[in-house]
Amino acid sequence: MAESVQEAPLIEVSGLYKIYGPDPAPAMALLRAGHPKEEILERTGHTVGLQDINLRINRGEIFVVMGLSGSGKSTLIRHFNRLIDPTEGRIVIDGTDVMQLSQRALETFRRKRMSMVFQRFGLMPHLNVIDNVAYGLRVQGVGRAERRRRAEHWLNMVGLDGYGSQFPAQLSGGQQQRVGLARALCTDADILLMDEAFSALDPLIRSEMQDQLIALQEELHKTIVFITHDLDEALRLGDRIAILKDGVLVQEGAPADILLRPADDYVEAFVKDVNRARALTVETVMKPPACRITAATIGEALEQMRGAAGGYGYYVTDEGYQGLVLQETLEQAARRGPANALKEDLLQDVPAISPDDLLEAVIPETLDADYPLPVVDEDGGLRGELTRASLAQVLGDRAEARSSAGS
Amino acid sequence: MAEQSWINAFPDMDRADLLAIRKTLDSAYRAFSRQYGDAIESFFSPLLSFLIWFEKLLLATPWWLVIMVVAALAYLASRSWKLVFGVVGAFLAIGYFGMWDNTMRTMSIIIVCTLLSIAIGVPIGIMMARSQRMQAVVTPILDVMQTMPAFVYLIPVVMLLGIGKIPGVIAVVIYAVPPVIRLTNLGIRLVDREVLEASTAFGASSWQRLFGVQLPLALPTIMAGINQTIMMALAMVVIASMIGVKGLGQPVLKSITNQYFTLGLFNGLAIVALAIIFDRVFQAYARRIQKHAGDAKDG
Ligand SMILES: Nc1ncnc2c1ncn2[C@@H]1O[C@H](COP(=O)(O)OP(=O)(O)OP(=O)(O)O)[C@@H](O)[C@H]1O
Ligand SMILES: [Mg+2]
Repeated sequence: MAESVQEAPLIEVSGLYKIYGPDPAPAMALLRAGHPKEEILERTGHTVGLQDINLRINRGEIFVVMGLSGSGKSTLIRHFNRLIDPTEGRIVIDGTDVMQLSQRALETFRRKRMSMVFQRFGLMPHLNVIDNVAYGLRVQGVGRAERRRRAEHWLNMVGLDGYGSQFPAQLSGGQQQRVGLARALCTDADILLMDEAFSALDPLIRSEMQDQLIALQEELHKTIVFITHDLDEALRLGDRIAILKDGVLVQEGAPADILLRPADDYVEAFVKDVNRARALTVETVMKPPACRITAATIGEALEQMRGAAGGYGYYVTDEGYQGLVLQETLEQAARRGPANALKEDLLQDVPAISPDDLLEAVIPETLDADYPLPVVDEDGGLRGELTRASLAQVLGDRAEARSSAGS
Repeated sequence: MAEQSWINAFPDMDRADLLAIRKTLDSAYRAFSRQYGDAIESFFSPLLSFLIWFEKLLLATPWWLVIMVVAALAYLASRSWKLVFGVVGAFLAIGYFGMWDNTMRTMSIIIVCTLLSIAIGVPIGIMMARSQRMQAVVTPILDVMQTMPAFVYLIPVVMLLGIGKIPGVIAVVIYAVPPVIRLTNLGIRLVDREVLEASTAFGASSWQRLFGVQLPLALPTIMAGINQTIMMALAMVVIASMIGVKGLGQPVLKSITNQYFTLGLFNGLAIVALAIIFDRVFQAYARRIQKHAGDAKDG
């Protein structure tokens, strides 16, 4: 697998500070001197929104920003399209420093490059659904017929065909948010900003919307910045996750990194209650195979197995993974003739699992098997092994409870 | 007498000083009006000609045509036959009791004053909504305009422009414009922040925001302001008649001085009838344009 050359990030934020209030300079000085947010609020009456944020968001990924209420998520996302101006710092999007844009250029930029979905939908109550979806196009001055045509298309895509002449107040929350999503998609902008877009929805509709977003993203390959305070949602959608606390970026990384290696207590508290079995894939917890047997004869195979703990090995040929073989079996066979070929009838029958499987799906097999399960990719290559111990360690007591109930 | 102690009587200003102040202010204002009176008058002369033309138009139009037009407007605005019958009945009664011409005069001045108030008030309200400083400056002025007894600001207007229609219109507009300004400001400020943000996020310019989002969403509130303005203008009609505005106010004024109770009552009732007609028609219209609120259609 050829690792592609590291592309320049689509969005790059460096040294971003935001202080709310009329005169941020003194608060800035205190902040630099290391005073905490609460003290600054008390002494200057200014709220620290963000401090020293550095981020890179790549083209085509879903980047999730997570944090508790008041941690600055909305503040951060509103900097990308400059609904909020930073107190200090640089925001470069696709090579353009958005701070340097004139008012006109900024408007063009917002029209063409970015669109946004809002937590409380932000639909225009005086426009019907179709006009709401077409709002971005209307702002751009696209003709009426063209606007309608494209808005109908996106309304279809989010499953709301036929609702065009309703007004937002006549729709349910989930339907309104679909309108919000269609409106954002309708301008064909390549960056989608979603501020707690699904938080106001009930769990069922919410997971439906998540599925819909994932499906759309597979087709559209947009760059999505998604804000949520829900870790399950973050893990489900995010290619990478950033965690904010009191305006500070405390950790950034792939979902598995965040789950398995929380940077501090705050993150740990966040990830504590998550259902890891449903969030992690086999790939994130598997170990390298303890013993890989490539020999053609039984004697050589025994040679390779010496030194490996556990008394088993995975037999791999040019065609890929073949099966698991035990030291015991090999020793018996060697007594008959060490020069004999290693044949298939010596192999144990254990199920192979895929690196992309969710842990949840492989728990029963892993616990039933007497030996660690081989992790085999689509091409048949042996990628690693999943031991019962590492599974138990990652899942904690929950998996234990589940296994005793299951077997 | 000069020996009175400040304990018993307020240690007030010397009469001579007070007189001096009054004299200087009055003469300064007189000088101002002598110098600029004509210029200001000629500035208002297009308005005057329009006012006269409009009044003549209403008076010259046959009564049944006026009633038909008003009834048609009432129907278009409200789609309610009940309201239309009420309007027609009220106008027939007004005409039957011999108040037709005065009612037409009053209607013409009310309509002109309302249009002027909207033309002045809405832009000021918009500016107030956009700038905190503008709001800080305008709000106390509005408070003064609304609480100052109407007679008091009749004086400088009359000193400047004499007696007649224009000073009347100015007095009525000053009295009636604050609600439009206040409610335009309020309406725009009440527009949901996220809706406005959404508009900005999609690249709307500030004009597009104003005309596409803020004004449409503030419209119900602005309409309420306009409605109040009409009511206040009607209430001002009697006072304006003191400075020569013809219409329903003059007979009322006459009946106060001559103690003609019935004459006063009839004309007063005609003003009330106009007020109710304007109010109901306008409110029905305002309700109809906010259908999108979702609950108005099952009415
Ligand atoms: N317009 C504002 N003026 C002053 N302070 C503000 C403003 N907006 C946000 N803040 C402050 O900035 C901090 C971060 O707010 P922000 O809205 O970004 O939080 P959030 O992470 O989006 O929270 P939530 O999950 O509740 O939406 C908070 O302490 C808040 O009080
Ligand atoms: Mg928020």
